[in-house]
Amino acid sequence: MTPAANRRSFLKSAGALIVGFRMLGNDAAQAQFAQAPLPGAPPIDQLDSWIAIAADGSITAFSGKEELGQGISTAQQQLVAEELSVPFERVKLIYCDTALTPDQAYTSGSQSHPANFNHGNLAQACATAREALLKMAAQQLNVPVERLTATNGVIGVKGDAAKKVTYGQLVAGKRLNLALDKQAKRKPASDWTVLGKPIGRPDMAAMATGQFEYVHNVRLPGMLHGRVVRPPAVGATVVSVDESSVQGMPGLVKVVTRKNFVGVVAEKPWQAMQAAEKLKVSWTAGTGLPKQAEFHEALRKQPSRDVKLVDSKDTEQTLATAATVLKSTYYHPYQMHGSVGSSCAVADVQSDKATLYSPTQGVWYQKTTGAMILGLKPENVHVIFRRGSGCYGLNGADTVTYDAAILSQAVGKPVRVQLSRKDEMAWENYGNAWTIDERAGLDAKGNIIAWEHEAWTPGLGNRPGPETPGNVVTGMLIGYQPQAFRPGIVPDPKTYNNNSNGVPSYVAGHVGDKSEGTGTVKSEKVLVHNLVSPFWTGPLRSPARLQNTFAHESFMDELAARVKADPVEYRLRHLHDERVIGVLTAAAKAAKWETRPSPKTGNPKTGVVSGRGVACVAYEGDNGYTGIVVDIEVNQDTGKVAVKRMWVGIDAGPISNPDGLRNQAEGGALQGMSRALGEEVTWDDQKVTSVDWKTYHSLPLGFEIPKIECVLVNRPDEEATGAGETSITVMAAAIGNAIFDATGVRLRQIPLTPERVKEALRARG
Amino acid sequence: MSVINLKVNGRSHTLDLDPATPLLYALSDDLELHGPKFGCGLGQCGACTAIVNGAAVRSCVTPVSTVVGKDIVTLEGLGTPEKPHPIQKAFIDEQAAQCGFCLNGVILTAKAFLDKNPKASESEIQQALSGVLCRCFTHVRMQQAIQRYAKGVAK
Repeated sequence: MTPAANRRSFLKSAGALIVGFRMLGNDAAQAQFAQAPLPGAPPIDQLDSWIAIAADGSITAFSGKEELGQGISTAQQQLVAEELSVPFERVKLIYCDTALTPDQAYTSGSQSHPANFNHGNLAQACATAREALLKMAAQQLNVPVERLTATNGVIGVKGDAAKKVTYGQLVAGKRLNLALDKQAKRKPASDWTVLGKPIGRPDMAAMATGQFEYVHNVRLPGMLHGRVVRPPAVGATVVSVDESSVQGMPGLVKVVTRKNFVGVVAEKPWQAMQAAEKLKVSWTAGTGLPKQAEFHEALRKQPSRDVKLVDSKDTEQTLATAATVLKSTYYHPYQMHGSVGSSCAVADVQSDKATLYSPTQGVWYQKTTGAMILGLKPENVHVIFRRGSGCYGLNGADTVTYDAAILSQAVGKPVRVQLSRKDEMAWENYGNAWTIDERAGLDAKGNIIAWEHEAWTPGLGNRPGPETPGNVVTGMLIGYQPQAFRPGIVPDPKTYNNNSNGVPSYVAGHVGDKSEGTGTVKSEKVLVHNLVSPFWTGPLRSPARLQNTFAHESFMDELAARVKADPVEYRLRHLHDERVIGVLTAAAKAAKWETRPSPKTGNPKTGVVSGRGVACVAYEGDNGYTGIVVDIEVNQDTGKVAVKRMWVGIDAGPISNPDGLRNQAEGGALQGMSRALGEEVTWDDQKVTSVDWKTYHSLPLGFEIPKIECVLVNRPDEEATGAGETSITVMAAAIGNAIFDATGVRLRQIPLTPERVKEALRARG
Repeated sequence: MSVINLKVNGRSHTLDLDPATPLLYALSDDLELHGPKFGCGLGQCGACTAIVNGAAVRSCVTPVSTVVGKDIVTLEGLGTPEKPHPIQKAFIDEQAAQCGFCLNGVILTAKAFLDKNPKASESEIQQALSGVLCRCFTHVRMQQAIQRYAKGVAK
């Protein structure tokens, strides 16, 4: 497709007819639709916005949920093929192009599977299309709908092989409209032949042979290359830019300064890199950073915005009656997305319009915020998603799109920008740091009778949303502010919100007159203090859910150990939600879990010892479920932890593609392991110091990879839920619990580095 | 700028480049190849890997002047989607990728190592990949794909 193609010209050139389904037609309305310029997204409630059937019967589906590497495009293609009874290969999927696809906001938060595979959006469009095609065929063939069958895009008549009509024939020559029909029925999972199968990803061969086009490979005629020059310290601002310092450098086109944004544009990438390196910029001193060693405890003293999630208002009294009260504090560092390829975008900004090729998770918000920073009307900004390196949330994708746009506007030509490793790592929106206190009371039998959770987490910026470009570094550098922070106390909730697993799985979650939590503990209180962060923050795979779950699931293990209960049995004792129970028991069964309390008895105090750990989560309370068991070894002389085996129980509702689900579960588990064992953003008094792969510790391919067994729990009668963020959520706690099982020492700070393990072992003696 | 002759995937190319330019930019920008990728520019992640005279090199820190006249192979030099090289086929069969950005470094590093060490053990192969990063952590499948290919090589 040519870059500037709009939806209308695309459909025309593809020979497709827009499939509308007002059965008797409405020529005037159709003519108007066909002629009218498209001011924004195709309307989300109209079938045409989602599905187009060409004269040759090929089907194009338009989705607002993009492929980031998580496999969702394959599953979406399966969904369309399934619902329309055509072969998988006959479906083409186009996603996240502001001129072509419906606006489904962000591709984030484990929302793609629930949004497009249940009873709205893409799934409902497919069901609507199928029923409409059947009705059209019934009319044309003059037989009742009940006698029709659809196979391979051909509608036939039961008992009359001669009578048939293809989708292409039905649609050809007709211009019809139909709104998404809420009553249209999805095919039951028991009838699936395409969805639910382990179909391989159509992009795999192109990726494996170097043919796939990432955003990094977009090349436009006359395109130049940009490089940014970021401040040397947090809070530093531009004093002056000495353009003469790079005068005459080969290929240099322009030095661009806009408030505190500095960049260079050159003919070639290497030239831009050298010019950026050599450009003399004078900066003010930074605003200084707090001491990292004291950071977590100091959070408690900061001005905060306090949010209460649940409060039965009786925890103090209940704790006073408890036979035992336990309290522990857990610390989670800032961590980074750390995409293996630094972020890249290509912008073509002309005097009155712009086209942005971006790996953003929110093309619609790049459109509106891109328009803001360029001084253009949003309707004149066209954002086209192109896949970047895996992002896992808000990496540098949004900020580098602004970088490219600013530089392209300054030179009036297309500009490609790829960030340096350091610029990516020093300025991305990190996953938030957390300090979490857990406190619980146990009765004489060891059952939990009260649970309090109090957390402190600093944030700054976020995804840009529709109008906040200052939420990422480039927006801030050109003068926009991040979203405002307002200290204060938020009124008590009127409805239950699990709020990123702030609420532990084991409490009742009682708000108003309902208990919507997954657990049994009725005396409950969860209070979160939101604070201002010195660094940019934003969603990183399983944001807040992972950190909260590390605290909840470690603490649950501490409680079980205190009363000498088996950690699986103790969890089950305090859960009532059958889906989280299901994944926990599935993992335990696969692992041949031996019922006994932790720590393991008989392990020596030196040398290598083994242990096992368990953890589980109902992601966001009801959006995906994982239970995990890990077997580990701890070398007590070096402090090194090696995960040997894992068993992952996972439930995402009806399984759309078992191999895709497995890939996500495996990848999430290992990414969680890397985050648990080594990953931590570090800083000095002025700047971030974890700026490459020597200073930010990701597990490489060379580490000893544990054997992973996934147990996929299929729930064909349940709603589709998120899938890609569940296994990562439980890893840190599972490993920490296994370290305790092996050694008897409890680690409460991530990452679980050899130094921390050794320190804890020294204290144990 | 100088005239630089590069032999890439069996074809000769004459480029006008600063001799200090890292090979990566000649490949990904001048020749517009999609295989080699900028990951870190520091030789730390492997995304830029190319095979030069049979050895996996980090093209982001290899000046073009040092590879003139040598045999340079990129990921697209191995095979095509229609006719993938056996190691590429192993990755496709195992569905061993998520975002796929790191595949270039993973496949070429493993291939160059196995070309020289066809009977390498599992742990030796793992060791050979110790400087390659996959941030989607598709490690299990990648290891399976490499093992599948290695078994074919050993035969």
